[in-house]
Amino acid sequence: MAILTYREALNRAMVEEMEKDPLIYLMGEEVGHYQGAYKVSQGMLDKFGEERVIDTPISENGFAGIGVGSAMVGLRPIIEFMTWNFSLVAIDQIINSAAKMNYMSGGQFPMPIVFRGAGGAGGRLGAQHSQAFESWYAHCPGLKVVCPATPKDAYGLLKSSIRDNNPTIFIESEVLYGSKGEVPDDEYTIPLGLGEIKRKGTDITLVTWSRALSFALEAAEILEKEGISVEIVDLRSLRPLDENLIYESVKKTNRAVVVEEGWPVAGFGAQISHLIQKNAFSYLDHPVERVTQMDVPMSYAANLERMSLPNANRVADTIREMLR
Amino acid sequence: MVLIRKFEEAAAKAYSVGKIGGFLHLYIGQEAVGVGSIAALTPHDYIVSTYRDHGHALARGLHPNPLMAELFGKATGISKGNGGSMHFFDKNAHFMGGHGIVGGHISLAAGIAFASKYKKEDSVTICFFGEGAANIGSFHEGLNLAAIWKLPVVFICENNHYAMGTPEYRALAVKDVSVRAYAYDIARDHIEGDEVRKVRDHVKVAVDRARRGEGPTLIEVSTYRFRGHSMSDPAKYRTKEELEAYKKKDPLMRARHELELGGLKPEELDQMELDIQTQIDDAYAFAESSPEPPLSQLHKYVYAEDK
Repeated sequence: MAILTYREALNRAMVEEMEKDPLIYLMGEEVGHYQGAYKVSQGMLDKFGEERVIDTPISENGFAGIGVGSAMVGLRPIIEFMTWNFSLVAIDQIINSAAKMNYMSGGQFPMPIVFRGAGGAGGRLGAQHSQAFESWYAHCPGLKVVCPATPKDAYGLLKSSIRDNNPTIFIESEVLYGSKGEVPDDEYTIPLGLGEIKRKGTDITLVTWSRALSFALEAAEILEKEGISVEIVDLRSLRPLDENLIYESVKKTNRAVVVEEGWPVAGFGAQISHLIQKNAFSYLDHPVERVTQMDVPMSYAANLERMSLPNANRVADTIREMLR
Repeated sequence: MVLIRKFEEAAAKAYSVGKIGGFLHLYIGQEAVGVGSIAALTPHDYIVSTYRDHGHALARGLHPNPLMAELFGKATGISKGNGGSMHFFDKNAHFMGGHGIVGGHISLAAGIAFASKYKKEDSVTICFFGEGAANIGSFHEGLNLAAIWKLPVVFICENNHYAMGTPEYRALAVKDVSVRAYAYDIARDHIEGDEVRKVRDHVKVAVDRARRGEGPTLIEVSTYRFRGHSMSDPAKYRTKEELEAYKKKDPLMRARHELELGGLKPEELDQMELDIQTQIDDAYAFAESSPEPPLSQLHKYVYAEDK
């Protein structure tokens, strides 16, 4: 088993899929000659040429639309947003075109397109470059939303996303690109909608995805020393959602907390909290809690950024409070 | 053109008695643009339309029955009742949709043309939009991308001089939309849109250019809608005199006159119009008698079937 970084795992998934299917192409700003703003597409231009690894001008709405139009006639685009922050100028194409095309045409136009790129909060990048947008996209029926937390998951989930006939929002964590992990040598895929227990425990269920998994794991380690056993559910994809995995865990632990990188108001954690109280209410010994980013834009100042983001201590404090 | 006119007159009637819901944007007055443009295409070329898509769909040769049924929200509709007036789609006819967001479809059209080039097919895509859409970012991004990659696409601006209620002089920094082609170093053309054959001949030049791999063209076709922006718009922002002046240049009258000059007798033309009216009456009856979509369809099509 190889040790790969998160970005290498993504690269390997794209390369393998493109080698198999000539209808797949990669398009975005700096994906080719620059080798990817975050180097996720390193070496792909040499391998596939300019016809399939395509640099675009700065025009997210335009090239997202190119992707959607080309998917209408059978291509399978991978559209890279340098960061998801820039996807907002393309959100019309994602929501009004990609997410709706199959439905409003009465099933005539499947939409085999992946929108992917860096999301979440980086090292002091300030208000416009540090945002987690999965809740925005998870809001919309017609889209699938995938948020891998490990190199192994990134590889298997990206391959499934590329093979899927629906528009997939694949949000990579900017701070995880360099993180390393074991990735099996043999090819594999991870079905969208299949979460994973990343740590077994008995006292409380911690539901999370993407980078927030690292806060969760760290908090679990801290709490273990205090005799608290935390079970961690990594959803991996928000749409489709592995609801049963959450309920099964809650039935065992009787408590749940959601940890996410995004804002609290109308965030995806609110949806999970609702689902748990609706479908596992009789198993709950405590209201479902949430640990999120603070309800403010991101500050540049190092101390305020730290304070704004969720972290292991906040997770641990919340859990201690719940178990008191 | 007569088919479009009569189809839409029937649709207006159905709307006024509540059989059609939502928005209903009529194409009446603009028929020569769609018919002329689409006459320049082969069956394997692609058409991308706006929310004012009935005329384009009929000009493509789609049968009026499933189109009228779509307006009625019936299971037999061209988009199975999920689309409505603004969202006609027919994959087989390469009719790539009516799209409801102004201008958003311009880059989709570039994307379809991109796919033709990618797959080394010689299909050309034509994209209709109004002069109002020429001010949105998607127009500029779509044209720029089509230009730098020399995509086989023809952008056809149907300038009917009003973006809903906003006249062009209050919205466009340049009077002639087609001069914006200079900004992207692509070919341009400007046509008066009341002569159907002239529209066809001009569009054909652009389609051939695109097919030869010489890139996109921006064509402005000056036209006029006789009705309001949609059925709910009484169009009080324009004068009666203006409307009457344009009605004197009705493209249907002009086409009829030309056909008569070409040797068709008035009674032959009258008979053709009667036949078309029968066809429309049939479409109306078909739509009216068709079933609504099954309730099980509500959740169908949100996601595509697996590969």
